[in-house]
Amino acid sequence: MSSASAALDPAAVRRIARLARIRLADEDVAQLQSELGAILGWIEQLNEVDVSGVDPLASVGSATLTMREDVVTDGDQTEAVLANAPAHSGPFYTVPKVVE
Amino acid sequence: MSAPESTYVIEGSTGPWELVIGLEVHAQVVSKAKLFSGASAEYGAEPNSQVSFVDAAFPGMLPVINRECVAQAVRTGLGLKAEINLVSRFDRKNYFYADLPAGYQISQFAHPIVGKGVIEIELESGAIRPIGVTRLHLEQDAGKSMHDQHPSQSFIDLNRAGVALMEIVSEPDMRTPEEAGAYLRKLRTIMRYLGTCDGNMEEGSMRADVNVSVRKAGEPFRTRCEIKNVNSVRFVMQAIEAEARRQVEIWEAGGEVRQETRLYDPSRGETRSMRSKEDAHDYRYFPDPDLLPLVIEQEWVEELATHLPELPDAKKARFMSQYGLPAYDAGVLVMEQATADFYEAVARGRDGKIAANWMLGDFFAGLNRMGRGIEDSPVSAEGLGGLLDLLADATINGRIAKEVMEAMMETGETAAAIVEARGLRQVTDTGAIDGAVDQVLAANPDKLAEYKAGKEKLFGFFVGQVMKAMAGKGNPALVNEALKRKL
Repeated sequence: MSSASAALDPAAVRRIARLARIRLADEDVAQLQSELGAILGWIEQLNEVDVSGVDPLASVGSATLTMREDVVTDGDQTEAVLANAPAHSGPFYTVPKVVE
Repeated sequence: MSAPESTYVIEGSTGPWELVIGLEVHAQVVSKAKLFSGASAEYGAEPNSQVSFVDAAFPGMLPVINRECVAQAVRTGLGLKAEINLVSRFDRKNYFYADLPAGYQISQFAHPIVGKGVIEIELESGAIRPIGVTRLHLEQDAGKSMHDQHPSQSFIDLNRAGVALMEIVSEPDMRTPEEAGAYLRKLRTIMRYLGTCDGNMEEGSMRADVNVSVRKAGEPFRTRCEIKNVNSVRFVMQAIEAEARRQVEIWEAGGEVRQETRLYDPSRGETRSMRSKEDAHDYRYFPDPDLLPLVIEQEWVEELATHLPELPDAKKARFMSQYGLPAYDAGVLVMEQATADFYEAVARGRDGKIAANWMLGDFFAGLNRMGRGIEDSPVSAEGLGGLLDLLADATINGRIAKEVMEAMMETGETAAAIVEARGLRQVTDTGAIDGAVDQVLAANPDKLAEYKAGKEKLFGFFVGQVMKAMAGKGNPALVNEALKRKL
């Protein structure tokens, strides 16, 4: 186990799960803590490589973004857009009430 | 940035407190299609009718950037005299909300397309202050949630989801509500000139998040609070003052201001905590793997720069030198491009100062009375120019011109037609003027005697009476002359 796993305490594991909207049973925390710790260990090893003066590699394919012209080519498909929604009403998606 | 010379402070029980204000403005980009999809970006369509599978975050759909949205961001950057970054990058800003289908917003965090710039604001005192712009970046708007349609459900419309926004972040350079208001108005004017954002705060195409903290003079920054989504210049100014007062009270009571997001309630004139959730700012940004770096060419930036319109600061300077206008008048005339264009059409071939005086005076007053703007003015620039021509060639005098202007506003007819139809032509016939003078002197023997006895102030009275007898149409110089001769 690397030093990074020590930095990732059970509270941090729970917090990461909560931010990712993943329900986490108490008995799973320890195992996830160890798995995430192992991943962080790998990252730590990568961090040891000296990359000063090397541009980040964004992609191994074409190096820049292709652009689209400003033309409306899509839309007008309310039914298709709503088709897979767990709930909808008329032209709207519906979700349990979000109270701010 | 130079130290502000502001005298605005909040007086607390422990003495004066200074305000520190920064603004984050979300400006909707003027474009036909969305930032990363081909769905329409137009406002006000049927719910969910302008949604592509990209906007609804269907699995496997890939974003493709809209060139015009990039161009609009570059134009705005150039208008803010800012650095344009030829290489920028998109990141995912992760948060969970029902109107954000992907669970993240595509934004630019580490490498925005536009870097440091500046906006010069003009204050009521006439002072000009530069306010630093930290950055401008491109990002997607979210959808719209409606909470009042159903007792237990919120309704979601994704038409707005994916529309391009520019987030423009200022330095914490502002010290007074007035400066924040001036900054917003100036930014709005610049973007409207550029055609990059319509600046319509009511429709939400321009929204401001306001960062406010207070401190004693000379102190480093204290904890700030962010007031979200304020939708008018007036409310921004009110919210700043209310929030600053709240913070002063907390500090003076021995408390500690907590960094949090707050909402301004205009009906109560106070701010309240919005989400004090500790995770609110934990967005776990990371580079969007669906999008390569955005690389643009310097030649393209220069090409865009050559097509920029004359911007308000330059236009104001030109109005001052070309037409001899005072700074204030020039500033008012350039606030809206339509007003500036109207003015130039009136001033062309005429006296620029007189044109400005009439526009800023009787013409604007008339528009205000009718609740109209320059776009739907009943009097065209040509029409106003026609009135000024009649004044310049002495066909009518200044007093009659005001009357003609009012009639033009009401009827939409030309000045010449109104002057003809109502017989308002100035009387320069000395015989007629002499006649009126004789008549007035004969009718007022007491006043005449007083005048002769040395009460010279009565000269004005006689002028008034003669003008009245001539229904206001006498040439003022000739009337004066005739009176002097006869008295």
